[in-house]
Amino acid sequence: MAEQAQMTVSDEVAITIENMNKWYGSFHVLRDINLTVNRGERIVIAGPSGSGKSTLIRCINALEEHQKGKIVVDGTLLSSDLKNIDKIRSEVGMVFQHFNLFPHLTILENCTLAPIWVRKIPKKQAEETAMHFLEKVKIPEQADKYPGQLSGGQQQRVAIARSLCMRPRIMLFDEPTSALDPEMIKEVLDTMVSLAEEGMTMLCVTHEMGFARQVANRVIFMDQGQIVEQNEPEEFFNNPQSDRTKLFLSQILGH
Amino acid sequence: MSDTHAQSVAFVRDTMLPEQAPPASEAGVVKWMRENLFPGPVNTILTLLAIYFIYKIVAGSLPWFWNGIWTTSSLAECREILQGATGGCFSVLTERWNQLLFGFKYPSDQYWRPLVAFILLAVAVAPVLFAHLPRKMLLFTGIYPFLAFWLIWGGTILSPLMVLIGVLAGLAAFRRIEASGFAMAALAGLVTAVVIWWLGGFLASAASGVLALEAVPSRDMGGFMLNMILGTVCVSLSLPIGILLALGRQSHMPIIKWICVVFIEFIRGVPLITLLFVANVVLSYFFPPETNLDLIIRVIIMITAFASAYIAEVVRGGLAALPRGQYEAADSLGLDYAQSMRLIILPQALKISIPGIVNVAVGLFKDTTLVSVISMFDLVGMIRGPILASTEWNGVYWELWGFAVLTFFVVCYGISQYSQWLERQLQRDHR
Repeated sequence: MAEQAQMTVSDEVAITIENMNKWYGSFHVLRDINLTVNRGERIVIAGPSGSGKSTLIRCINALEEHQKGKIVVDGTLLSSDLKNIDKIRSEVGMVFQHFNLFPHLTILENCTLAPIWVRKIPKKQAEETAMHFLEKVKIPEQADKYPGQLSGGQQQRVAIARSLCMRPRIMLFDEPTSALDPEMIKEVLDTMVSLAEEGMTMLCVTHEMGFARQVANRVIFMDQGQIVEQNEPEEFFNNPQSDRTKLFLSQILGH
Repeated sequence: MSDTHAQSVAFVRDTMLPEQAPPASEAGVVKWMRENLFPGPVNTILTLLAIYFIYKIVAGSLPWFWNGIWTTSSLAECREILQGATGGCFSVLTERWNQLLFGFKYPSDQYWRPLVAFILLAVAVAPVLFAHLPRKMLLFTGIYPFLAFWLIWGGTILSPLMVLIGVLAGLAAFRRIEASGFAMAALAGLVTAVVIWWLGGFLASAASGVLALEAVPSRDMGGFMLNMILGTVCVSLSLPIGILLALGRQSHMPIIKWICVVFIEFIRGVPLITLLFVANVVLSYFFPPETNLDLIIRVIIMITAFASAYIAEVVRGGLAALPRGQYEAADSLGLDYAQSMRLIILPQALKISIPGIVNVAVGLFKDTTLVSVISMFDLVGMIRGPILASTEWNGVYWELWGFAVLTFFVVCYGISQYSQWLERQLQRDHR
């Protein structure tokens, strides 16, 4: 694809995951995950529900704790050290399925809160940055409203802008379009595509296979807590290797 | 059937329908009465019955107010004037107002002091209650407790001043060392404050004449003033303590969690009245010998402990009502625990908890009358004791208790109205 040619991937490593395992009680959710993400890579993680794909990206910013193995984000080893966790979280943006905007704050306040309190940026400057990103997601006119007054698609774009205001080097998307009406999915996907074009390192858990074909340079398929297959999107969709992947693709693309 | 639809199943709308005003409803008093008072035979009978009862109550009580006597100096004189007619003897209020409001031992030439403290209370509380007032007013709110103490208890201004300085110095020390660890800083702050208080104690006793008001001991406090003191102090202490307890109960650190759980469950499992008896008799065993803790302070400790346990449970409900996503969003942005609690979680949780907190606050304010049981002469204690026991006013029940009811009602209704206003102010969904 023409667009993909513009998006460069560097050799610099952004995330390393080695032999990572996680259990919920005695339930083995993530089994021996190995994954290296280079800076500028756009990875789509797909798989049936319950396959551990959300859990995997939630481990990267320590919303979930892993019990075994090693995760290094941006050169910082993820351990139980709170300082390291806060450092990683301020470098890694996350967008949730249910937006999770702060309903008691205006859109602008949602976007400036973390820069002001975590990055210690002066309020004025934080507001300028926030307006810049709100313009980028095309809703600067909503800045003084509250999240409850916006549509789902608008809320999700605000959530993306809120993450970007922290100037993250990596963005995680946890099913960002799954809670949206079909009419609103496109506006969110467009925002994500333009983000990818700017070279952001992205990990997206999503069922939007069109998005995967358009922007991903790697698709990872997970099942039962394991990485079953990973490949470039063209190969992945046209020539899947494992039977599990074939079944999944036939179900998801078959209609 | 509309003819557009009649021919076939296929239907294409050419023009979208414009928005229209709802049909003008038939308004008027008659319609309102028909709908709300007389919609059917049963409701009509109930309405008539209710009107009859309201009439009987008003007709029975109006003459009592109307013929009320305000100027005599004893019940006997009232009866003489009334000559058997219905009428209240409100003279007890005009003659004993000072005892009802300030207790019977507070020096009468000093009444202006609690009065000034009461008026300043309004100024101090205003910026806390109304967020749109200038934030600089909070400075006065910070000074107010010390000022009010000096006004009500009297003595040299040096004692509350030194306490204030101790608090400020402790805070300054804490801020200084905060970066190098919370525990160290807290300890340093505490030590600084204690040293200054200790030195200040000497200073205050050495120069006890500096700006001194006539000292009034705690046992002379009484009347509605005592209820106000206890209510204000205990509400303002129990809210922050209750929030801390609620957060502690959610903590991942088992020791903190269990301390909070045990405290809350124990206090909630004990009637307030027993705690007050404990305050009266037993509490001094928990302090070093020779410390002679004021009874009012002991009572304040107990009521505060009681109310904070309840507020903690209310706030915990608010915390539990927040979706997990709010915690995760705050975490994912890199906010630390204190920041996410202060900026994200508590503002929302407290908003949900407002009705419950107000419920506890109103209950607590009314419960301050229980101190009359441990022989403190608050408003109820004054009525039950000195006033009803006096030869002049023995037997004046309705007027006195009516006064007490009205006084408490005004305050509690005010609190409740404020909370409803606040809830509307914080409404963020449909503005």
